[in-house]
Parts: sequence; C-alpha cells; structure tokens
Amino acid sequence: MNTSMSWIKAYVPDLDCTDQEYLDKMTMTGTKVETFERMDKNLKDIYVGQILSIEKHPDADKLIVCQVDLGDKKLQIVTGAPNVKVGDKVPVVIDGGKVAGGHDGGPLPEEGIEIHNGKLRGVESFGMMCSIEELGSSRDMYPLAPENGIYIFPEDTKVGADAVEVLGLHDSVFEYEITSNRVDCYSVLGIAREAAATFDKPFMAPKVNVKGSGDDVDHYVKVSVEDKDLCSRYVARVVKNIKIAPSPEWMQRRLASCGIRPINNLVDITNYVMAEYGQPMHAFDLDTVEGAQIIVKRAKDGEKFMTLDGQERELDKDMLMINDAKKAIGIAGIMGGENSKITDQVKTMVFESATFNGANVRKSAKRLGLRTDASGIFEKGLDPHNALLAMNRACQLVEELGCGDVVDGIIDIHDKLPEEKQIKMDADRINALLGLELPESEMLKIFEKLELRFDKASGMLTIPTFRQDLENIADLAEEVARFYGYDKIGETLPTGEATTGKLPFKLRIEQMARDIAEYCGFSQGMCYSFESPKMFDKLLLDQDDVLRKTVTIANPLGEDFSVMRTISLNGMLTSLATNYNRRNKDVKLYELGNIYLPKEVPVTELPDERMQFTLGFYGEGDFYSMKGVIEEFFAYIGMQDKITYAPGKVPEGTVRNSAVLRDVYPFLHPGRQANIVYDKVNVGFLGEVHPEVVDNYDMKGRVYVAVLDMPSVEGFATFERKYEGIAKFPSVNRDISMVVPKEVLVGQIEAMIEQRGGKILENYHLFDLYEGEQIKEGFKSVAYSISFRAKDRTLDDNDVNAAMKKILNGLEQLGIELRQ
Amino acid sequence: MKELLARIKEEALEKIANSDAPDKLNEVRINYLGKKGELTTVLKGMKDVSPEDRPKVGQMVNDTREAIENALENARVNLERKLREISMKKEVIDVTLPAKKMQMGHRHPNTIVMEEVERIFVGMGYEVVEGPEVETDYYNFEALNIPADHPAKDEQDTFYINGDILLRTQTSGTQVHEMEKGKLPIRMIAPGRVFRSDEVDATHSPSFHQIEGLVIDKHITFADLKGTLAEFAKEMFGEDTKVRFRPHHFNFTEPSAEADVSCFKCGGSGCRFCKGTGWIEILGCGMVHPNVLRMSKIDPEQYSGFAFGLGLERIALLKYEIDDMRLLYENDVRFLKQF
Repeated sequence: MNTSMSWIKAYVPDLDCTDQEYLDKMTMTGTKVETFERMDKNLKDIYVGQILSIEKHPDADKLIVCQVDLGDKKLQIVTGAPNVKVGDKVPVVIDGGKVAGGHDGGPLPEEGIEIHNGKLRGVESFGMMCSIEELGSSRDMYPLAPENGIYIFPEDTKVGADAVEVLGLHDSVFEYEITSNRVDCYSVLGIAREAAATFDKPFMAPKVNVKGSGDDVDHYVKVSVEDKDLCSRYVARVVKNIKIAPSPEWMQRRLASCGIRPINNLVDITNYVMAEYGQPMHAFDLDTVEGAQIIVKRAKDGEKFMTLDGQERELDKDMLMINDAKKAIGIAGIMGGENSKITDQVKTMVFESATFNGANVRKSAKRLGLRTDASGIFEKGLDPHNALLAMNRACQLVEELGCGDVVDGIIDIHDKLPEEKQIKMDADRINALLGLELPESEMLKIFEKLELRFDKASGMLTIPTFRQDLENIADLAEEVARFYGYDKIGETLPTGEATTGKLPFKLRIEQMARDIAEYCGFSQGMCYSFESPKMFDKLLLDQDDVLRKTVTIANPLGEDFSVMRTISLNGMLTSLATNYNRRNKDVKLYELGNIYLPKEVPVTELPDERMQFTLGFYGEGDFYSMKGVIEEFFAYIGMQDKITYAPGKVPEGTVRNSAVLRDVYPFLHPGRQANIVYDKVNVGFLGEVHPEVVDNYDMKGRVYVAVLDMPSVEGFATFERKYEGIAKFPSVNRDISMVVPKEVLVGQIEAMIEQRGGKILENYHLFDLYEGEQIKEGFKSVAYSISFRAKDRTLDDNDVNAAMKKILNGLEQLGIELRQ
Repeated sequence: MKELLARIKEEALEKIANSDAPDKLNEVRINYLGKKGELTTVLKGMKDVSPEDRPKVGQMVNDTREAIENALENARVNLERKLREISMKKEVIDVTLPAKKMQMGHRHPNTIVMEEVERIFVGMGYEVVEGPEVETDYYNFEALNIPADHPAKDEQDTFYINGDILLRTQTSGTQVHEMEKGKLPIRMIAPGRVFRSDEVDATHSPSFHQIEGLVIDKHITFADLKGTLAEFAKEMFGEDTKVRFRPHHFNFTEPSAEADVSCFKCGGSGCRFCKGTGWIEILGCGMVHPNVLRMSKIDPEQYSGFAFGLGLERIALLKYEIDDMRLLYENDVRFLKQF
C-alpha cells in the first residue's frame, strides 16, 4: 500500500510533520511505513518558461535555439526536442539546477543530474527544457505528456511559476506494510484516520452527496444474488449519458502517486475509490448485459471465460461469477469479462460495489493464476458497510467530473449486515495486561480518536464496523498501548514463582555429541528433512525396502523435496560430495537431525521422529578412526563398557528399534560394515560406503559413515561416575603372539581374554597384526599385550600364570596357536 | 709434611682449573682423593708421624682434602652450566614455524546462535522443550487462533502430508503442547526446525529454525515482555543494545509487537545491515491471546502470559554477515570452518 502525503493531508488538513517524523510516528502506532520517497528529490530550480522565438541552429540541423521567458528573466536555450513551438509553456531548469533523469527514461541516477550553462555546437545555452522523463516521471503517469519531447503545460499556466509545484511533484510517497488484521488500512481513508489519531489532529472524511438525475435504476437493470454465502452484499447503480474523457489533473496526480496509471475519467474513478475507500468496484457496459439482468452465482466446472485482458480462463464450480441473463460477464472480485468491458463508446453502465467472500476470492484467484489489485483487497475480507459508502462516493465523483448522469435509486442486495460490536470497558484489566496505571479517562480519549463510542451508563464501548479486528479486552489493550506508546510502557521482569532453568537430558546428550564430533575433527552440517525418493536407488535399497515407506508431502516444492527422510545418509553423502567436487581435502562432517518413520502408509497419525547422529568423512582416516569417534562419544556419555560390533548378523536376543532394522546394509561395503550393539541393543551402524554408492554420489575413493540412533543411545547415557581409586600395586604385563585362523575376529580373541582373565585382568591391547609371507596360508599373526593388577597386593607369578593359562586354553579352542 | 700438602693442594687446584670436561675432573678426584691418590698416600704415611703431631697433621690433611673437594664441586657445577648453555645454543628453534594443531571441527553457525539463546534463557529460569516437526493442523493453526480459511494455511505456504497433518510452519505449536500439560507457571523456550513452502534462494529456505518463548503466570504484563526481551537482547548483542517495540499483528497474541534491536553492526547510526535505519528487526512477540489460553484450558481471567518467536537463521546471517542463506545447508567445510 502506497499513499502520497498530499492525499493524507486532504483528510487530515492540520497534519504538519516532516516525512521522517511521519514514518517514525506512524510506525510506532502500528501503521508501519517501510520507506518514503520525495518525488522532488532531485528536482531543483525548474520553472515554467514560455517560448518567445525559435531559430535554427547555425551549425546543426537537429538543434534549435529558443528564447524563453521565465517571468523575471529571458534565457537563450538550445534544444534538440522536436515538439516545441513558439508560445508553448515548458519546464526549464536553469544554471545550477537539477533534474532527476535523462530524456531516455532509463533508471534514475541516485543524485540526479546537475545542469549548467554551456555551449551546444558553439551556441550558448543557459539551461534546459525538460521532458517528463527528465523530471523523474513517465507518460504513464502524465498521459498528456508528448512522446519524445518537452513537457508542455496547459496554456493558462503562469510563466515563472515553480514547475515542480505545477506538476504536483512537491510531495512524498510512503510505502506501508499493513498487517492482515487491519483491512480498513488498505485504504487512504483508513491510513488517514490512523494518522489523525497518531498526530492528534482532526480527521475530515469526504462529504458524500449524490444529486441524482431522476429516472429509476429498476428500469435499467435487475440484480439477483443466488450464492449469498460468497456475496454478502451487492450494490449497483446505473450511470447514463456517459462522456469518456481524461480525469482532472488532481485525480491523475493522486492516482499516479499511488502508482496507479491514469486512463480516463471512468476507470480513474473506480481506481480512485478503490484506493480511497479500500473497496474495489467494477463497471459493466449495460448495453452488453443481456436481459438487463445481473445474476451472481457459481460457475460450472470446466466453463470457459474470456477476461478483459483477452485471456481465456477455465473456471470451476467454486468460483463466483457475475452473469447476465445468458452468459458470464465477470469473475466476481477478480476481473471483468472481455464481453462487457467499458469502451470509449459506452453510453450506459452498471456500477458494481460488492462484498465477496475473501477466502473464496483468494482461492479462486490462485487457481486461476490471476491475482489482481481488486482480488488482493477482497481476499482480506471487507466490511459490507463499506460497499454502499464507496458506491455513493463513486457516483458523487461521476457527477463532479461530469462523467455522466447518475440514475436515481440504488440496488442493494444483502441479508442481515454485521452490527457494531459492543465490548465492556475495563480499565483495570487493560492496565493489568499492559503493566500500566493509566486512568480510564486517558483510555477513553484514545478510543474517541479511533471513533469508538463509550456509553457511560452501561460501560460499553461500541466498535465501528470498519474495525473488524476489535473483539475483546486484549484488543482494546492494544489500542491503548499503540496510542499511549509502546515505548512508554516500562520494562520489568516477571515476578511470581521462581522456575528452574533446564536443558533436558536429550538435548544435553546432543550437545555432548556435538562436542565430541568437533573434538574429533568433524564439522557440523545441516541437511533438509525432505529429499528426493530417488535417494533410495542411490543407496541401493530394494524396491520393497521398508525405508521406502515415507511420510510424503502432498504439495512439495518438487520431487527433489517430496519425501521426509527415513534415513540420514543421503544428506551426509550429498554434503560430502559437494565438498569433494569443490576439491576440499580430508572432509569430516557430522549432522544431528531427525528422520521421520511413518507408523503406517498412507500416513494417518504423526510419524516417529528420531534424532540421528550421523558422521561421515573421506580422506585421511579409515574404518577404525570412525570407530574411534563412536567410542570417544560413548566414553564421554558414560557408555564405555558394553560396546560390541557385529559384522552382519547381530547376536541372538539383540533389541532393535525402527531406525536400525537390518543385519546387512546394502549401501555399505559388504566386508567393511558393522552393527553397533550396546548391551544387547542395536544402537547404530558404521562402515565404509559401498563403492557403487560412492559412484552414485560422484565421488571417488573411500568414504566412511556412522549413524547412531540417539533415542537408543540416550537410554544408556549417564552422567554418573564413580571413583575407583588409583592403583597402589604394580601391574604385571604379558605379551602373547598368536597364529590365528583368518576367519577368527580379533573381537573373539578379546572376548576370550575378558571372559577368562579373571578379576586381576586390568586391560589388554592389540600391538601387532600381520598377514603375509611368513605366516602360513589362511592364518594371520596377532599379538596382544595383557596386563594384570590386583588392588590389594603385588601379584606374583603364580597369580598371573594361572590367569594366562586359562586365556591360552580358551584361545586354543578357537584354533589359535601360540607363537614362540 | 706441610710443604708436601701445600704442593699437593696447589697442583690439584691447578689441574681442576684446567679441566674442561667432567671426566678430567674425575681424573683429578681419583689422582688425589682416590684409594691410591696422593692425599690418601699421605694419610697412609700417618703411621710414621709422631703421635703428638698426628692431630695437627691430620687436621692439615683434612683441610687440604676439603679444599680440593670444594674446588672440584665448584668446577663441576660451573662446567655443567657451561655445557648446558652450549647444548641449548644448539637447540634454538624457529618459533614461527607452523603450529601442530588438533584439527578440531566446527559448530554450525545456527547451532552457535541457538546455544547462545538457550544459555541466556536457561539462566533466566526457562526450560528448553521440543515439539514435533510433523504436526497436526490443530497445534500449528487452530489452537493458535488461526482461523480455518487464513491465508497462512494455503498450500502455497504450508507443506501438507494430508488434510490434517502438516510440516509445522512455526514453533508456536509447542506453546500449546506445553500449556496442555496443565503445569503452571510456564517459562519455556522451544528451538526447532520449521518449514514453509518457499523456493530456495539467497534469502529463503523451505526449512529453517525458530525459537519460541512462552511465559504464563499470574500478573504477567506487557511490561514484563519488554523487560525480558530487553534483558535477552543485552546478553545476546551487547550491554549497550536498545530494544524498540512496534505494534504488529499475530493471531495468537494481543497486543502484539515486533521487536527491533539497535543495530549491532553500527550501534544505531545506520549502515547497510540495518538499511540505514539503525534498527534491526529480530522477533515477533505479544501477550498470549485470550482465545489461545482458553483453548488450552487456562483461564485468561486468572492467568496471562507472553510469547515470542525469533528466527535463528536471521540472527545468524546478520551476526556473521552471511550474505546467502543457501550456504547454511550446503555444508561446504570452507564455510563451516569460519565459525
């Protein structure tokens, strides 16, 4: 919404403030002004001059030399403009003055263009005559301006006058952001009313009076509204003996300042009233209305209709149409028809001012792909009372502009119109809500400015119908706050019962996951929750894989964003690929984000949202570095004791949740993947990404990922720690070197050591692993260092030998030979 | 005898003075003080000294031994110091060579801002809560006083799963979940991911984050809202930050406001970040609408409250001068490493 300052001042004549003050104060009372622009920003020293004589330039065919009278002085000006003649009155910028732009009408330079005396092909010129483009405007806004040439003023313009003033450019245009609840402020009158209240000046609404020309509207047209649910009021009047002509300069200027192009008196009046009252209107050529009948009803599915912009539109049964006896002539609230539009030959017309259902207009306009100025206003839901006011204002202007004769009588079809609401005044409640101690009288003063009427006897406030937004005491509190001043309300902190600040356990664990990932060199990425279903193919998942059962968006931005992810890997791999293709080396990323597992498909209840801790990297590192990160994390959250890794099938009795459901992951290298099992719960998986999947993401080399299902992990996480003392007695170390059948996992050896090491086993670690020439086929060499310690004594050889013997016996059962 | 001892002492001291290595000093020790050393030999010859002279001679021998021992010790200390100095001179390093660093990862700028906001409000006694990202129409719209035909519910703005289930467009639904628990008073913030049907470009993303705040108690006022957010802004953007509240409209609050903070880039004098106005809009807020309280079974005659919601990305973009929102979801490490 835009308005000029001069148009606002037409209704608030006492308004006296700078543009900046207006912006600041209006914004602080809730009519947010985004920006303003002075229309004369770069116009300086421009006067009305009259051309006294024209001579040819001695040395240039396309130039002429003019003597121009500026009232107090006469100047010689050279110009190339083809359209001037002796006696014309033109805008002249003199030495040191400024114009806004070039004659080509291109983008305006920020600082304008300064004009100086100079010579054109040897002949002195003491200024410049201006086109409308040079004055920063256009022929759209000044229809009388000639094409390619100097602007020519009407003959009665005073020579020497300020040309900028004559053109109505000493004005500013304000751009507002109107909130959706203030439908009344999508109009100049609404904003003027707010300005009057803001600056505490009287608001002078236009005085509307239609004389009429006799006759009777019922002789001309009949109106019926069949679908009243979509049209709560339909007001129609008839104008005859129409004379199409340009509208007067003042009207053109006001329209132009709002960015509306002047066309002719009739069109301009409808546009003017729409801007002024916030009520869109429409005019039909009565001679095209068959049967002299207007019927308001829904269209039929598949019906075709040509709108006045010459486009054919397909309608549906939820669109409201204006029809005559035989055919549709307009889409209600959106656009009229080609078949009934006003032409210069129009003799009699029907003026329509109606209240259409806002939501219906909005939805119809969207389905048609046709959002017009009118539909944009209708969709906010208008006050039916405004329809009649606007109609009468339009008819008044028809008479004032001599545009035609307004036929007596008004067709006005409506059921019960909304009544003025009543709200009980309660100053204490308002003060309690705002934290103020304002006397009731102060509040009533504010309400009075806003045209709310107070009845002392009943204590009730009557709300005018144009304030649809005011419904309860909280709404009234806002009115008080707005005009008392949001900035004058104090700043306090809530009193009352103290509460404890809390970060829930889940979020604390997530925070720790971030900490560990970052300590380990991983940076945090963020991925979208919706993805393309194609990712399942990229991840080599079977056509009937359970992960393909998704929460699917009915109206996605496109297929690429159409399913809620059921696995977090695609986001990770896509991010790694982005880095890989930008040649970033050794990239490590992690992500904490939800997956969305439907309980059934199609979805009938909310899905299971599960937080996934996903890690991925390429470059330096291998499977075991990823494993290290997992274990660092587990240790950090108190889970060091019971981690096992199952390549393929997990042990009997392992608990699984919906996020981790399989033994083998098709997107991982078949020989380099493992389920992570913690205390018999499958909490996640890790592995090297399958080379084919790496290909699918346009990467090369080895990529490693790990995914932890955080709800599963959280069950084990704990902040409890217990001090176990620091060993006082020395430990005894034994190294063993083994020849191990290849298929025996190191994990099995460790399990055996743990199982048989007894109480004195302190720890153990792998210090050598070798496969190759010196080792017989089908075997590998594995060496462990095992340490023993007792808390209460120094161990002797007998203790350690007994434990070692048990371990070695156990290892033998696995087919392991001890190397000497 | 006296002369002999004097000569031994003189010789020994001279040799000590001329020693430039620890083994040479050791040689001196052995030659004079060792089992077969000269002084030891003198001591062995004591048996030939007359008994009455023995104490005197013994004293003289001991004095000589002590003198040599002292000289040896001093020489050793000096020599070691000298040798250490020499070796340290050889160990001079170039301190400007590159550091050996643990390659730490980096937090996402969104998370940094989120944790900062959480820290501030937890410190003020707020509990951090979460709500579902896939939500029902009731919690996302209806219970927040957003009527059935409101434009925000249009398909062009909201992602729908079906007629009743949608991707939440705001974190405000967590307010309702929290109020429905029936435990008062409430002081909570709810950070989380929200979704709107916006095409991806430099200033839009179909997925972004909000932080919702809600306080419900007896006697909560608009002034409390102002005070709380002013306190927050000072913590978040610096002690000198001013907050401005402008009237605005949200369906679930009344009165409603938008809050601007004095520009944390220029301090309020006007720059490109605040578009010359000196103010940066950071959040929407207001007093919880009586209809919303009522729908969540809280009596608006007894209780009142305020709510606010801020966009995480908006603050992150402004704070770190990030000029393209797409960077937040590309996960290029060259971007992430700058935070």
